[in-house]
Amino acid sequence: MTALLEARRLVKSFGATPALRGVDLTVEAGEVVAVLGASGSGKSTLLHCLAGLTRPDAGEVHLDGTRLDTATDRERTRLRRTAIGVVFQYGQLVPELTAQENVALPLLLGRRGKQEALAAAKTWLDRLGVGEQRDQRPGQLSGGQQQRVALARALVTEPRLVVADEPTGALDSIAAEQVMELLSGVARASGTTVVLVTHDLRVASYADREVVLRDGVVSGAGVLA
Amino acid sequence: MSTPDAVLGLLQRGPRHGYDLKREHDTRFPLAKPLAFSQVYATLGRLQRDGLAEVTEQQPGDGPERTVYGLTAKGRRRLDDWVGEPEPPAPHVANVLFTKLVVALLGGADGGRYLDVQRSAHLARMRELTAVRRVGAPAEALAADYALFHLEADVRWLETTLQRLPSLAATLEEVRA
Repeated sequence: MTALLEARRLVKSFGATPALRGVDLTVEAGEVVAVLGASGSGKSTLLHCLAGLTRPDAGEVHLDGTRLDTATDRERTRLRRTAIGVVFQYGQLVPELTAQENVALPLLLGRRGKQEALAAAKTWLDRLGVGEQRDQRPGQLSGGQQQRVALARALVTEPRLVVADEPTGALDSIAAEQVMELLSGVARASGTTVVLVTHDLRVASYADREVVLRDGVVSGAGVLA
Repeated sequence: MSTPDAVLGLLQRGPRHGYDLKREHDTRFPLAKPLAFSQVYATLGRLQRDGLAEVTEQQPGDGPERTVYGLTAKGRRRLDDWVGEPEPPAPHVANVLFTKLVVALLGGADGGRYLDVQRSAHLARMRELTAVRRVGAPAEALAADYALFHLEADVRWLETTLQRLPSLAATLEEVRA
């Protein structure tokens, strides 16, 4: 296997509060990795650094040969539109847009044609089992459906890396299971690398391995089962 | 698991002979320890002795005749009572994980390392069970789900203990002194 993502000695503080205190992490291409840890252990900060959403104070982040931590804002934005898909706990869909328009958005921002973007969005919504809801707005969808739409939006650009911050945190057990079945299934079928932060161990059990953060450092890591 | 109650439970769906009971037990409780034939017949003997099951038929076969057992009215009542009564929730804390942690701390071992290793082992088993749930038959998925929730509870306890470890270790140090 080849490393797709590599973090070296990542350090990040917020004011006087250290969030990451020297995190090393290597994720192979196609791996699904769960980041676990108590509240305040630094797991969300780590994820944001890996996605290029936050710049670390020190250390390096390499994504498929590109150094993210020193990339310009424009370059990081480009990467998030093409190579990195992001899923948050509450979907963060645009309320005024339909499900299909929400999913098409990253393609439209990447200057793809409207018809092509909407067609790709429909394909992904169908694949994630919410094709029939494509004309509905987020407020008309259940939490599980919204998260599937968010997943489709993260996957529509066919990114090399998907980062997910508590992607099932707002869902009940059954809906969480369905979302994880879809995320891990699509990732394995397409060879997409996934790094997800979760406090839910049953969600973590969909990953190939887990990385545990404690007080801003890697505490324990599992191996491929 | 209470084997006599499980066998009574299987008999409520109609009379069965020992071979069928063993096979159905292993299908319905797929991740449990398989029932030995000797255990099935010993259990049926005890249920018959106590008036909870009775012989309903002798079926001729290629070999010896097969004895078919059914539920008696008393057995039905016993089964209804058992299902209707709540199980005592965790009457004893006799879990090996708990005992091992206390022993490790008493001996001055690195409790954090013990917890990291055990959590990793638990999550590895949870990954196996998640795979079983994904591809297994409904009974297997049900059993895997049950096991997953319990393993999750174990790991939650491990995590909480990990956070409490500094004060726990200090208390045990005082006890040792």
